Amino acid sequence: MADQETINILFCGTGGQGILTAAEICGWAAMLDGYHVKKSEVHGMAQRGGSVESHLRFGTAVYSPLIPKGEVDYLVAFETGENSRLKNFLKPGGQEMFNELEKAVNKIEDKRYINTYIIGLLSAKLKINEASWLQAIELVFHNKHAEENKKIFLFARKQGGEL
Amino acid sequence: MEKTRQVFLSGDEALAQGAYEAGLKVACSYPGTPATEILEYLAQFPEVDTQWSVNEKVAFEVALASAIAGLRSLYSSKHVGLNVAMDPLMTSAYTGVNAGFVAVTADDPGLHSSQNEQDNRLLAKIAKVPLLEPASPREAYEYIKIAFQISEDFDIPVLVRLTTRVAHTKENVTLGTRTEVDQKSFKVDIQKYVMVPGNAYKKHVALEKKLIQLQELSERSPLNRMELNDPALGIICDSVAYLYAKENFPNASYLKLGFTYPFPENKIREFAGKVRELVVIEELEPFIEEEVARLGLKAKAKHPSFRVGELRPEYIPDLIAQKEKTDQPAVTRQPVLCPGCSHQPVFSVLKKLGLTVTGDIGCYTLGALAPLSSLHTCLCMGSGITFFEGFKKALSQNVVGVIGDSTFVHTGIPGLINLAYNRTKGVIIILDNGTTAMTGSQNHPATGLTVKKEPTRKLSLESICASCGADNVDVISSYKVKELEELVAKRLAEDALTVIITRATCQIVLKREKRTNG
Repeated sequence: MADQETINILFCGTGGQGILTAAEICGWAAMLDGYHVKKSEVHGMAQRGGSVESHLRFGTAVYSPLIPKGEVDYLVAFETGENSRLKNFLKPGGQEMFNELEKAVNKIEDKRYINTYIIGLLSAKLKINEASWLQAIELVFHNKHAEENKKIFLFARKQGGEL
Repeated sequence: MEKTRQVFLSGDEALAQGAYEAGLKVACSYPGTPATEILEYLAQFPEVDTQWSVNEKVAFEVALASAIAGLRSLYSSKHVGLNVAMDPLMTSAYTGVNAGFVAVTADDPGLHSSQNEQDNRLLAKIAKVPLLEPASPREAYEYIKIAFQISEDFDIPVLVRLTTRVAHTKENVTLGTRTEVDQKSFKVDIQKYVMVPGNAYKKHVALEKKLIQLQELSERSPLNRMELNDPALGIICDSVAYLYAKENFPNASYLKLGFTYPFPENKIREFAGKVRELVVIEELEPFIEEEVARLGLKAKAKHPSFRVGELRPEYIPDLIAQKEKTDQPAVTRQPVLCPGCSHQPVFSVLKKLGLTVTGDIGCYTLGALAPLSSLHTCLCMGSGITFFEGFKKALSQNVVGVIGDSTFVHTGIPGLINLAYNRTKGVIIILDNGTTAMTGSQNHPATGLTVKKEPTRKLSLESICASCGADNVDVISSYKVKELEELVAKRLAEDALTVIITRATCQIVLKREKRTNG
């Protein structure tokens, strides 16, 4: 693979929103696609409603586990307060995904799949093969609900491609 | 084929995998963020005898003794956990280990989930044991193997230090296979293993000699690596500080320290001679900075304000410019007790009764947050009970102590015995939710299950409280608010030592059980 500049995705929200699962899928997908990946987050308070941040970075060689301020390519916020708090981590031209999340809420029936939907939208913007994404979903969900998640993912990925 | 052996592991998991491959036989720990996942990962392997120990002192001693008796062993805990195990740590460098023994400390710069941000690199120097510092999961996987080798070659415990950003970062790691290591024979050696003054004096002399040899090893170790690029800027750094510096100054020259103690003095001098400007970049305490200054080398180091909090990649230019830290911790959403949490009704009762509450470490520490605001002290594990005793000496009435079930077993029991022995009266409440909740629901002696979820002898909290000398032991559901209020009021009015066990299973455990049972 030719040298690939590091892509930085910052996932954030509050405990229980599926943020860590979304970042985990993305991390596995990038790894299965051959990238060097680092994902950094803080455990311990997540289930108790506190702020949750997951920094995901992938490329040819990644150093820092944290995304430096001002270098976020995609800010994937699941909560408006966290979106505002971390906006200043975006690089010039970096994209916020929060509006797309708000639209997603109306597009899918079962709200438990919102994180998978967002991953689908995000996938359309990233240079990671579809097969790697699907394999990552299987690995992360341990085949439990994997089929339903893959369906939602592919639906969102198609929509993301049309945006 | 190579791809299938590659997995996405956290620093904790990668370290555990490396230890497993190094032929590890025994692993002991007590849960604590960010170290918990090391033992949880090891528990999957039938070849490794894993245990949640009662506390870190017990864990350290069981693991160390397993090594002395002949089996490669591992101790792991969070940074403050090692404080509890300081007593055995300090003398273990004297006795040595026989089979390899590694102690892992996972520090928490930035206090993401801890009561302080102590820098355990300093403990290596105090305990006189070698220190390795992986900067990433891949390094954690490699360094733990080297740690076992050093431990066995030099007959000394090795301290491996992770931080939150190593322990809880995930990275692709390529797995290897386990190499079985033969059990070492244990030979009775009273001079070596019985640390009475005369023997210990001789072992101290031997330890000082060992440290000189270990410094020679540190000097030539590939873990202390020079990267000579642009000679204008030379950076000496360790752990994640190296990664943050590389992010900012990819073309600078580096001396990346992975084997930080004993300090590779000659390599530092050599590096200093190859660069024009020397800078030390490290998180928390001026550990490397002071050693470099001791060598008489002129090096820039961070402004003391940066000793507080964790480093971030964007701080590095300011660090080199020796600017004062201006960035404050972000105001983030605070954690709260879960909906329906069994601690909530208990605290509401204590608040209503207007009591002063000495508290402890666990989810229930969140009882200090508004609007409950009904937990008034929290220092360290077990202090909910001992603080109660101190408070009772000054404030006669209206004080209660609270402690969780796992914390009570960890270090609460001696405090309760102390209360009874020293004729202190009053009320201690054990908030029993049947798990070590804050760290992610681990088993402990009073749950009746081991780390591998196998049934074992269950500790009865009621019986042990009575044996410790409590005059009354009451058990009540945490949710019976009215009855609990009457009971606390009644017991407070008596001239007796009472333990009230408020019991209800943790909501997270209930939810998980419901999911697993369909």
